[in-house]
Amino acid sequence: MTSELDIFVGNTTLIDEDVYRLWLDGYSVTDAVALRVRSGILEQTGATAAVLQSDTMDHYRTFHMLERLLHAPPKLLHQLIFQIPPSRQALLIERYYAFDEAFVWEVLGKKLSKGTKKDLDDISTKTGITLKSCRRQFDNFKRVFKVVEEMRGSLVDNIQQHFLLSDRLARDYAAIVFFANNRFETGKKKLQYLSFGDFAFCAELMIQNGTLGAVDSQMDDMDMDLDKEFLQDMKELKVLAADKDLLDLHKSLVCTALLGKLGVFSEMEANFKNLSRGLVNVAAKLTHNKDVRDLFVDLVEKFVEPCRSDHWPLSDVRFFLNQYSASVHSLDGFRHQALWDRYMGTLRGCLLRLYHD
Amino acid sequence: MPGKLKVKIVAGRHLPVMDRASDLTDAFVEVKFGNTTFKTDVYLKSLNPQWNSEWFKFEVDDEDLQDEPLQITVLDHDTYSANDAIGKVYIDIDPLLYSEAATVISGWFPIYDTIHGIRGEINVVVKVDLFNDLNRFRQSSCGVKFFCTTSIPKCYRAVIIHGFVEELVVNEDPEYQWIDRIRTPRASNEARQRLISLMSGELQRKIGLKVLEMRGNAVVGYLQCFDLEGESGLVVRAIGTACTLDKLSSPAAFLPACNSPSKEMKESPLVHPPSHGCRSTHNSPIHTATGSRLTQNFSVSVPTLIYTGMGSGSAGKEGGPFKALLRQQTQSALEQREFPFFTLTAFPPGFLVHVGGVVSARSVKLLDRIHNPDEPETRDAWWAEIRQEIKSHAKALGCHAVVGYSESTSICEEVCILSASGTAAVLNPRFLQDGTVEGCLEQRLEENLSTRCGFCHIPYDELNMPFPAHLTYCYNCRKQKVPDVLFTTIDLPTDATVIGKGCLIQARLCRLKKKAQAEANATAISNLLPFMEYEVHTQLMNKLKLKGMNALFGLRIQITVGENMLMGLASATGVYLAALPTPGGIQIAGKTPNDGSYEQHISHMQKKINDTIAKNKELYEINPPEISEEIIGSPIPEPRQRSRLLRSQSESSDEVTELDLSHGKKDAFVLEIDDTDAMEDVHSLLTDVPPPSGFYSCNTEIMPGINNWTSEIQMFTSVRVIRLSSLNLTNQALNKNFNDLCENLLKSLYFKLRSMIPCCLCHVNFTVSLPEDELIQVTVTAVAITFDKNQALQTTKTSVEKSLQRASTDNEELLQFPLELCSDSLPSHPFPPVKATSVDYSSFADRCSSWIELIKLKAQTIRRGSIKTTVTVEKASPVGDGNFRNRSAPPCANSTVGVVKMTPLSFIPGAKITKYLGIINMFFIRETTSLREEGGVSGFLHAFIAEVFAMVRAHVAALGGNAVVSYIMKQCVFMENPNKNQAQCLINVSGDAVVFVRESDLEVVSSQQPTTNCQSSCTEGEVTT
Repeated sequence: MTSELDIFVGNTTLIDEDVYRLWLDGYSVTDAVALRVRSGILEQTGATAAVLQSDTMDHYRTFHMLERLLHAPPKLLHQLIFQIPPSRQALLIERYYAFDEAFVWEVLGKKLSKGTKKDLDDISTKTGITLKSCRRQFDNFKRVFKVVEEMRGSLVDNIQQHFLLSDRLARDYAAIVFFANNRFETGKKKLQYLSFGDFAFCAELMIQNGTLGAVDSQMDDMDMDLDKEFLQDMKELKVLAADKDLLDLHKSLVCTALLGKLGVFSEMEANFKNLSRGLVNVAAKLTHNKDVRDLFVDLVEKFVEPCRSDHWPLSDVRFFLNQYSASVHSLDGFRHQALWDRYMGTLRGCLLRLYHD
Repeated sequence: MPGKLKVKIVAGRHLPVMDRASDLTDAFVEVKFGNTTFKTDVYLKSLNPQWNSEWFKFEVDDEDLQDEPLQITVLDHDTYSANDAIGKVYIDIDPLLYSEAATVISGWFPIYDTIHGIRGEINVVVKVDLFNDLNRFRQSSCGVKFFCTTSIPKCYRAVIIHGFVEELVVNEDPEYQWIDRIRTPRASNEARQRLISLMSGELQRKIGLKVLEMRGNAVVGYLQCFDLEGESGLVVRAIGTACTLDKLSSPAAFLPACNSPSKEMKESPLVHPPSHGCRSTHNSPIHTATGSRLTQNFSVSVPTLIYTGMGSGSAGKEGGPFKALLRQQTQSALEQREFPFFTLTAFPPGFLVHVGGVVSARSVKLLDRIHNPDEPETRDAWWAEIRQEIKSHAKALGCHAVVGYSESTSICEEVCILSASGTAAVLNPRFLQDGTVEGCLEQRLEENLSTRCGFCHIPYDELNMPFPAHLTYCYNCRKQKVPDVLFTTIDLPTDATVIGKGCLIQARLCRLKKKAQAEANATAISNLLPFMEYEVHTQLMNKLKLKGMNALFGLRIQITVGENMLMGLASATGVYLAALPTPGGIQIAGKTPNDGSYEQHISHMQKKINDTIAKNKELYEINPPEISEEIIGSPIPEPRQRSRLLRSQSESSDEVTELDLSHGKKDAFVLEIDDTDAMEDVHSLLTDVPPPSGFYSCNTEIMPGINNWTSEIQMFTSVRVIRLSSLNLTNQALNKNFNDLCENLLKSLYFKLRSMIPCCLCHVNFTVSLPEDELIQVTVTAVAITFDKNQALQTTKTSVEKSLQRASTDNEELLQFPLELCSDSLPSHPFPPVKATSVDYSSFADRCSSWIELIKLKAQTIRRGSIKTTVTVEKASPVGDGNFRNRSAPPCANSTVGVVKMTPLSFIPGAKITKYLGIINMFFIRETTSLREEGGVSGFLHAFIAEVFAMVRAHVAALGGNAVVSYIMKQCVFMENPNKNQAQCLINVSGDAVVFVRESDLEVVSSQQPTTNCQSSCTEGEVTT
């Protein structure tokens, strides 16, 4: 006696959260059944393995049918085939678009093209995430990227509107899209200590301040690209590092203000010129795509690492950056105050976030 | 011009990409009704076209309005080649034809293609302007309401319950026409879908005509089925119960929007101008020499010819005045022989006086091509024969009526088993004739309706019992006799006193049969049938005893025929009726008393059985009050002998009667284990596992003993097909496979629905089919309803207490016929369901006719309608629509799809049905030539059933409804050919579209209040008198 056909269709589509997770994690039906057995469900319910197998198959089939709709979540809301309560719809979408930290690390800042897809095998081996799950996550990134790529207006809003994600998840996707678009280098060993959250935080600040959309929301452009004009203008900041008088004056202003307030004052004093030069040069170099990509590497190399090696506490870093950025206003010979504020506003936030072990 | 149909095509969405180059579609729509077609403009390059068409207007006969579906085809425009069809939507406009149902059909419909499934949606608005017709000889029956619900619909009151209506139409199956060899599968499927839709419409119209003739205004318990007879054709048949219903909110009796003035016509039958044709003026299928039944005259094989208009339409018009005259003459004789059948399973209080037991009849027929559908020798005669048999069985049980009546078929190649079953009953005549509000009240008071136990009392004469039964005095009133067990096909009467809870009881049986041809095959099957039926009943009886219960409700026995086997599946809900005696236990008797180990084995088995009974009693909370022997009095006729069930009569020995029946005064049910077969049977009794705790199941509308439903419901369909491992199977192995299949299916359901605990699976409906030699297919549809556990316990307790206090009498024996039985032809089965008894027909017919005349006498006269346009058309969408949209609109504002509930029950727990919008009766075919790509057979069928649900919901939503009640999947025919990567499935579903309002949302006191008040006052009155 073999089962040829075995289906269960409810007027309200049954969604088992546990099975959904197993499916999303890319387990085969057999593996999923084994995992469910291990969870002790048989003892709890008195069911048999055959029942579990049939149930798992059913859910997998349903998810498979739903997947097409999940690729365009608004379709899931308007479709008539599956009657699913709204809260469940939201859960389906949110979980489908959720991603693993380990995975996102591997593809963050990489070009989301087919070429990378071939590397999914390697990522899967490296991270222990099933290839199926990797593929889903990668395809999600790519799909979101493709949809919002050419769109105007707020990146987060666009993502939220087209994929009905929660605010948090939409922000994460905005970061992923932003990183992929600007191809920021995140894979260097130096950056390994950073979490996806750190990058996402920086991405958000950069989208808020560093893109065209940030200056003028009415502009016919989008949040994805950095404001080229702004980057060009930042060349002007170079004077802060190049002009020795200006640099000295800046240093003395900062030192005066921080005297006695900083635990690592002497280290700061000794390193001021290096740090300042580093930060200013990062800004001035951003006209080149290559340098944009290396932004995070540069920030860590030029600022985070020196400070960390001197054991600056985070509070001191905050004091310093505040003062460092504010003191420029007192530099009479410097004309690009607005530009500086826009740059440092973003940079200060990013550096504070990046500064940890 | 009786009607104007107006259609507007608004927009489409989610259309498939038809042009690969642009990834877009140039869509346009064809709207077809009858032979008229309109087209929208082509909306270029869009998957979400906005056509916003003008109103397409069709001026049509109401006859066509009833028969024809509106057909909407979405196509992709192609400049160079033929336009590609995207898919179709069929809309049944029948609900727009009665004044109080839906006024507009408006909404998003899935665009369906028989090859690709659902491909996007289309927004359509449909309205009908209906004029009343002065022509009194018209063929339409607009205004007659149809309900699938097998009880009086919730917001109506039955004024008169007229009785049985039936009709069938036949045609050639397009799938088997020569043209099918050259046309595409899509064209063939569509031809079939369309033909069945047409035939359904026609059938409904004809049934409607019969109802109007009986001066009713509605059909309740409407059940339409189609038989795919393959080469021999396609039969669509329907049965129902004609009623005159009165809307509860409106005091005046409801009159159909366009009444057929049948009264006048009957009075002057001979003045019919012949040009108006002759209508079928009788309402029962009797084959006289005239043989002029209209149904039989429907012989058009090409569907497009049927609706060419009034003049040339159905061949029935050829009859001429002579036939009309003949028909008139036979009229009165026909009426006398009407079948007193009712498809209802639940009744107004007081309607059911006594219940006799289940009556069923089966007949094996060889199908022959329907060469000439005008010939009287057709399917109709077969059914008439079976109905006669049922009628005679009922009479043998001392009953004048059959309730809970249903008919079914099972076809395999050219052999067809026709089955009919019902419950013989004695009804209260008053409900069948008169029913003004005052009358009802008065009657209830004066009749002293103590129906709490009355329906259990035997309707037959105890000295001339139709079968050996064990009678005792009723445990409730102690005045009348009751049988020891009661089997019925109806729902448990609401006022019946039940102890504990009920449970689903199934008997499952397979019998191998040699492959044979034609007559030899039919004979083999007929020979097997009585044995199967006998065994099914034995199993049911054993299982019932094992559960410690004494009555079965909702019994449905299905016999399915296959190439090399017969399957029997009986489902019912077992309960413990307080009025019936406590069932005895089951006693096992061994045949080889000398063998010690064997003896031990037997006693071990006996212990197991006793334990199971004790466990079940606890599980279902069956603790009947102990009643001392003196009160009951001694059982009447030698009980032991009668209640003994012998497996094989030849081997019955005296030893058995010597056994000490350890269950004391109650006599036990003895099972003799004389061979391995019997052993297997006993084993199989014990293999049925009870549902996990927190779960209950039943196949009736509601679970006896649970009455505090909460609002969560989940309707589902589950299908399983198993392939039997080898060809040389034994009956035992087959039985085991089948048993496992059903048990595993139930287990899966319990597991899947575990999140709803505590809950009850209601209306569990199993259907078995044998699509191929080694395949068994089981389809289950049911609804899971949650309930509040704590409250449940309390209410059952109180109800039991109450029932104990109540001492009621039942002197009423209204309209009970004295029995005239040929005692020599008593069947040997020791239980109510009887097969084949020979009965004196004529005397019964006489009595019956007087009864029917009594009913007819007081039938209400129906006023003739004058010309009147139904002005509801311009109204905005119905109130209910708006209501439910707002209510069920999720907090997530994006969602636009309203929730539509589906349930096989006639009600929605925690809600009140405020409006019936019309019947939903849909037929779909789905075919694939890429089975593997669609996920194999499971993927294919899963998607298809989901699509069917979606289409039903969309139609209900478009009617302005938010639920389907009495939903039933009548057919699910699945065929596969994995080698060719092909599969095909046909599904037929029906139900009633309704608007419901949550009880918690009802600010105004429901109109149900007065009824309950009245009822309680009535019962009080009873007690005092």
